[in-house]
Order: sequence, then structure tokens, then C-alpha cells
Amino acid sequence: MLIDWNNFTPWTALAGGALIGVASALFVLFNGRIAGITGILGGLLRPKLRDISWRVAFIIGLIAAPLTWLLFAPLPDIQIDASNTLLAVAGLIVGIGTRYGSGCTSGHGVCGISRLSPRSIIATVAFMASGVLTVYVVRHVLGA
Amino acid sequence: MKNHISNTAALTFSLLSGLIFGIGLILAGMANPAKVLAFLDIAGLWDPSLGLVMAGAIGVGLIAFAVAKRRNLSYLGFSIQLPTNRVIDKRLVLGSLAFGVGWGLVGICPAPAFVLLGVGSSKGIIFVIAMVIGMGIYELLESFKKSGNK
Repeated sequence: MLIDWNNFTPWTALAGGALIGVASALFVLFNGRIAGITGILGGLLRPKLRDISWRVAFIIGLIAAPLTWLLFAPLPDIQIDASNTLLAVAGLIVGIGTRYGSGCTSGHGVCGISRLSPRSIIATVAFMASGVLTVYVVRHVLGA
Repeated sequence: MKNHISNTAALTFSLLSGLIFGIGLILAGMANPAKVLAFLDIAGLWDPSLGLVMAGAIGVGLIAFAVAKRRNLSYLGFSIQLPTNRVIDKRLVLGSLAFGVGWGLVGICPAPAFVLLGVGSSKGIIFVIAMVIGMGIYELLESFKKSGNK
């Protein structure tokens, strides 16, 4: 295994992760909900009137994050190499898969593992494994 | 006990949680799909950073959820709703496996997708629209299944 030391960013990764943890902590301790983006977004497609505003507020917060960041500093590099077609296909798969699996990196990976939920631990192992395998196939078998 | 979190304080905490979550993603490098793919590429030049993102988030999360589990009501007086489903079934495993394939194809998962939307990236917009359509397809399939069972 070759580690990319030049791009390894342990401190910002830990600090950013801690902020994600703080956000999830605030959400469960003040609002009583799991900060899982799949559930928050998916619930909007099954709208219950008094349940819409807090979901929308959380998503607005996410969208506002880069704009808030820009008030203080330039954004770090964001590089998307995928074609528009591949993005559309991947988006569809992510949308369907996360709803069947009842969660994604935030709901299962962060909140679920923090709750020590066996379901979330299995889900996280599953999507990490298939993510790694997909990148392996795309980069090292197909050579894209 | 209040079940509907729709007052001003709750909306403020929703907004704040989303904002802090998004800033955490940017700081951590999770909003950069190329970095996410470099983490998943263990056979290539591997960037282990995102493992530390998980560690940092879970480190804080373990404490928060340990507190949450001991309470019935949130600090704002809302019922704390933690998932009660404990069944490990095909839906969970196959759904998660599928999600991983989509994630591995482009390096974007749902939360960073919205950060990319805020950046104004046209690729982020395409991904979000497709993801919402995917979730809509799930809802349709579920409603067909329900009406078929009647």
C-alpha cells in the first residue's frame, strides 16, 4: 500500500470531522433528530406539513456553508473529474441505494456508528467496501 | 412533549447544524470529490485523510449519543427520536452496497452534494437532481409495493 503523504491532511481531517460530530450532536441534543442527510432529504418526498421546515432549514445550512466559508477564506480545491452522464447515473444510484439502505455516510457512518448501532456498522462496512471495489474496478481494471 | 420541531429555536438549530456540518465537510476535504476518491483508492496512491474525518466525527458523536440515549427529551423539549429498527435485512445490505457503487463512481455522497450545490458547481447540481430523482423512484416503487399488497 502506497500512502499519498503529500495530500494527507490529518489535522484538517480530524478538525473537520469533529465539526461534523458537533453538528450531529447539536441536532440530536436540541432537536432530537438524527443528522442523516438521506433521511432528512427523503422525508421531503413524503411531506408532512409540520415536518417540512426543519428539513429544509438543515439543507439550507449545508448549501450556505461554502458561502459562509467564502466570507472568511477562499474555498479549498474542489475537483470533479466525472462526466455529466456519469454524475447523473451515480446520483440516481446514490438516491435509490441510500433510501433502500436507510442512510448514507452521515446517518449510518457518523450518527449510527456513534450510537453503536449494528445496522449502521454493517451498512457502513457495505458501502465502504463497494465504494473501494468500484474505484478499484474503474481505475485499475478498466483503467479509466 | 412536542413532536413537531417547527418553532424558531428548532429551525435555528436545524440551520446551524446544517451549516456547521457543511463547514466541517469543507474543512475535512469531504467536499472535494477527488479527495474522496483518493481515500477509496486503496490500491493506488492512498490518501487516508477521510478515515480521520470519520474518527473525529465519531469521537464527538459517541459522547453526544451516549447523552442522547439517556434522555427522552431534547434540551428544547422535543422527543428524541432514535431509530428503533434492529433488523439486518437485504434492503439494508443491498441498498448500502448500491450506494457505495454510486459513491465510488464519482466521489460524492448526499451531504457534500449540497455543499457542491452551494459552490454553484453545475456538476453538483446534476448530481443532486439525479439523486432526488433516485429517491423519487424509491418512493414510487414503495407505493407500488404497498398497493400490490392490499
